[in-house]
Amino acid sequence: MIASLHPTTTWYLILAAALFSIGMVGVMVRRNPLVLFMCVELMLNAVNLTFVAMARKLGDIGGQTTVFFVMVVAAAEVVVGLGIIVAILRRRPNATTDDLAELKG
Amino acid sequence: MMELFVFVVAAAMVLGGAIGVIVSKHPVHAALSLILTLFGVAVLFVAQQANFLAAVQVIVYAGAIVVLFLFVIMLLGVDRAENLRLEPFKVQRPIAAAVGVGVFGLVVAAVVVSRDARTAVAGTGLEVAAPGGGQLHDGNIKALARDLFSSHVLAFELTSVLLVIAVVGTVMLARKPRKGELQGSES
Repeated sequence: MIASLHPTTTWYLILAAALFSIGMVGVMVRRNPLVLFMCVELMLNAVNLTFVAMARKLGDIGGQTTVFFVMVVAAAEVVVGLGIIVAILRRRPNATTDDLAELKG
Repeated sequence: MMELFVFVVAAAMVLGGAIGVIVSKHPVHAALSLILTLFGVAVLFVAQQANFLAAVQVIVYAGAIVVLFLFVIMLLGVDRAENLRLEPFKVQRPIAAAVGVGVFGLVVAAVVVSRDARTAVAGTGLEVAAPGGGQLHDGNIKALARDLFSSHVLAFELTSVLLVIAVVGTVMLARKPRKGELQGSES
């Protein structure tokens, strides 16, 4: 019974959906800007997992190419985001995301 | 059987790490849980024949991005525990949990409904076959490189521009302004 079970694409997609939902709840709940960024990374990884699962299912390497580009953009996004966070936290330590609402003009 | 075992272990790593990220009080613990999740995703990439992407996942995400997170946490000295009991908006967490469960349910419903609609089409192929017709041990990298440098070469060059802009912008953001450069501003 158990030996005949085989992880299909549906399993991977559902796992990716769970990972995305957890990351989304984290973005909505957490107040530390650094942890917020980590939750965004979780969501990006969930989408990457979906792309790779569908690339295997459809036999198309284009999904993996897309994941490559997503990784590059995620790296650039983290660099710029952490730069902004460093600039803010240097001026006001222990700022939470609620305090950042004062950035608006 | 082996694939099922790998999937179950990697899924447990992914979900356990993800929950660790959102419930840990300490930002350093959240970063370490993030590493667990990223390794689990890398294992799932290998299980799906994306060998090159698994290597990039470990090197770029676990090796560079999380280390960058840890550097910022340590340098800024924000590595003290956060009081998670503090809750400015009483309804925030129930609403967030409800929205999360709702989105999960919607996506799972969409996946299950469209389970039979995804039929294999003639794609580029995940592997490049050896001249004899067998499988190359690095066929995945060759297939990926062929796709990347033929049909997506403009996007690939644009990513280099993006990375340069990101680096220059971050240097501008993060450096301390010199004296006399900030005339007219409040500090």
